[in-house]
Amino acid sequence: MAERRHRILVAKPGLDGHDRGAKIIARALRDGGFEVIYTGLHQTPEMIAETAVQEDVDGIGLSILSGAHMTLFPQLLQELEKRGAGEVVVFGGGIVPDSDIEELKKMGVKAVFTPGESTENIVEWVRANVADAA
Amino acid sequence: MAIVRAVSAVGNKDDSELTSPSCGEAGASLLSGIGVNAEYSAADTDASGEGPGEYPFTRGIHRDMYRGRTWTMRQFAGFGSARDTNRRFHYLLAQGQQGLSTAFDMPTLMGYDPDSPRSLGEVGREGVSVATIDDLELLFEGIDLGAVSTSMTVNCTAPILLAMYVALADRRGTPRARLGGTLQNDMLKEFIAQKEWISPPAPSMRLVTDVIEFCSNELPRWNPVSISGYHIREAGATAVQELAFTLADGIGYVQAAVDRGLDPEVFGPRLSFFFNVHNDFLQEIAKIRAARRMWASIMRDRFGASSDRACLMRTHAQTSGVSLTAQQPLNNVARVALQAMAAVLAGVQSLHTNSLDETLALPSEEAATVALRTQQIIAEETGVAATVDPFGGSYAMEAMTDAMESEANAIIERIDQAGGILAAVEAGYPQQEIAESAWKFQKAMEQGEYVTVGVNAYSDESAGSPVETLSLGSEVEKSQVERVIATRASRDASRAASALAELGQAARSDRNMMPPMVEAVDACCSIGEISDIFRREFGVYNDPAWT
Repeated sequence: MAERRHRILVAKPGLDGHDRGAKIIARALRDGGFEVIYTGLHQTPEMIAETAVQEDVDGIGLSILSGAHMTLFPQLLQELEKRGAGEVVVFGGGIVPDSDIEELKKMGVKAVFTPGESTENIVEWVRANVADAA
Repeated sequence: MAIVRAVSAVGNKDDSELTSPSCGEAGASLLSGIGVNAEYSAADTDASGEGPGEYPFTRGIHRDMYRGRTWTMRQFAGFGSARDTNRRFHYLLAQGQQGLSTAFDMPTLMGYDPDSPRSLGEVGREGVSVATIDDLELLFEGIDLGAVSTSMTVNCTAPILLAMYVALADRRGTPRARLGGTLQNDMLKEFIAQKEWISPPAPSMRLVTDVIEFCSNELPRWNPVSISGYHIREAGATAVQELAFTLADGIGYVQAAVDRGLDPEVFGPRLSFFFNVHNDFLQEIAKIRAARRMWASIMRDRFGASSDRACLMRTHAQTSGVSLTAQQPLNNVARVALQAMAAVLAGVQSLHTNSLDETLALPSEEAATVALRTQQIIAEETGVAATVDPFGGSYAMEAMTDAMESEANAIIERIDQAGGILAAVEAGYPQQEIAESAWKFQKAMEQGEYVTVGVNAYSDESAGSPVETLSLGSEVEKSQVERVIATRASRDASRAASALAELGQAARSDRNMMPPMVEAVDACCSIGEISDIFRREFGVYNDPAWT
């Protein structure tokens, strides 16, 4: 691993409170050697982008199970861009249909993990795509 | 059997008193939290000879159970605008369904109007959007509120939705005494698991108690709170933890109502429960049997209730959403069927069966129909409904029921010692215990200790998902935003303003907030405006983000 521990923001945007997945990912990334900041629930994309900038994170993982992913992901990308933080790697997980994943990737979301994905694979992906890229 | 484990340092767990019996015992099932033997004998149980319909109701609350009447197949539904859902309600009533079960969208559940920036992208998505009494009026257009039973799955804004329902009945001249239904209104489990809240736990409990008191005086046919283990389990709890935290929540509500001077003989019979039915077939049946027995004793021995009606636990159940897989989704039909069978063998009063596609998207109509048919097959084709508590007297079932009871009682004792469930929730005890169980389960699954067919065993990369999923447009959001703006513009502004001021005053006093709430919604104050009163008077609860 690099000398500096890479920082990942795990965030729960929107009004939905199902945080089992977000908490498990936060813990798995922490165990995987990352410095993890968990936002807690009910965050707006603006709040998440603000935290990302203040905490100088390398990547943001969004957990969305409410079906509002097509609104919340683009908003976050926009808010990051506005703050000159467009280089932060954005990925996510949740109940997201395949067709939406394709579209989200076109917008600039680097990966979307769906139910049944192992935390090991996710940590590996973050290591390869956030840590090495940063 | 109870053992205490050392708790690993996670998050900000700092209260050493609040460590609990664990599910980590050798041989204990990860999902249930009790140990399982290869064989049981008479030595493992002391069968009491208790019959069904007799205190403490281990074997069920009715002597003839489903021979008298089958369980209610109550499928939870709601989508889009009030008009869309109203059409669906009329269709369901025409099919002979007597109970309506309403799912609301996230802004309605969290106290934001459709035109709030917090609502963007979420209006009408996971349920129906109701911002003012105008929406509720449309939702129940052509439906006699005195003849149907309406279940409303809503928590932190439950008092507002109930006030709207009552105000609508008043407008139509339907006597309040004829209103029948259930409000979920279980705020403790929101802080523990589902995480829909506005204000901190203590004022949230006050509102729950206001509803219990109001119903106790005005709505004799209404269930003011549905004490829910479902979400606790979905968040990762074991069966033992689900059982313990749910009953501890129940104790919290009864104590609050008793402290308010209410009589458990009066409000007790109107309390209802809601449990999860997960994969461990036998343990899930044991859990519900144990729940009935424990609740009966709680009501009689702790709270001095003497009538059977106040002691018997009526419960709804739902199959486990988290047990379903996105991989090979048709397999979910089998999972749901087995879980539903367990619920029926456990003697529940109503049941929701999940749709096979819900790990992929919101349920399609076809998937929702298969879910309902699954219950109909169990009721009509399998014959299991003909015998009450068929597992009663089985060495294994009785031993597992006893184990569930003693393990859960050990947790409840800890909560009592910590000052009760409200104090435990404020300290984050159930929250962190559940996160710990969820983490253990995830690890066990990834290490192959727990097998999920199609995910970490018998997986088939070539099998795509052969199911058509539902997708929703954004038209509803636009029209709901227009509707709430129009309602605010056309109402009597001074009446609305003074109703909100009056509600604020009630919040600061120890008066019951329900009567001024009924006036406020009747004056067309919106869910966002009333929730803003809660935010201003009681403060906003921020997620402590325990991990």
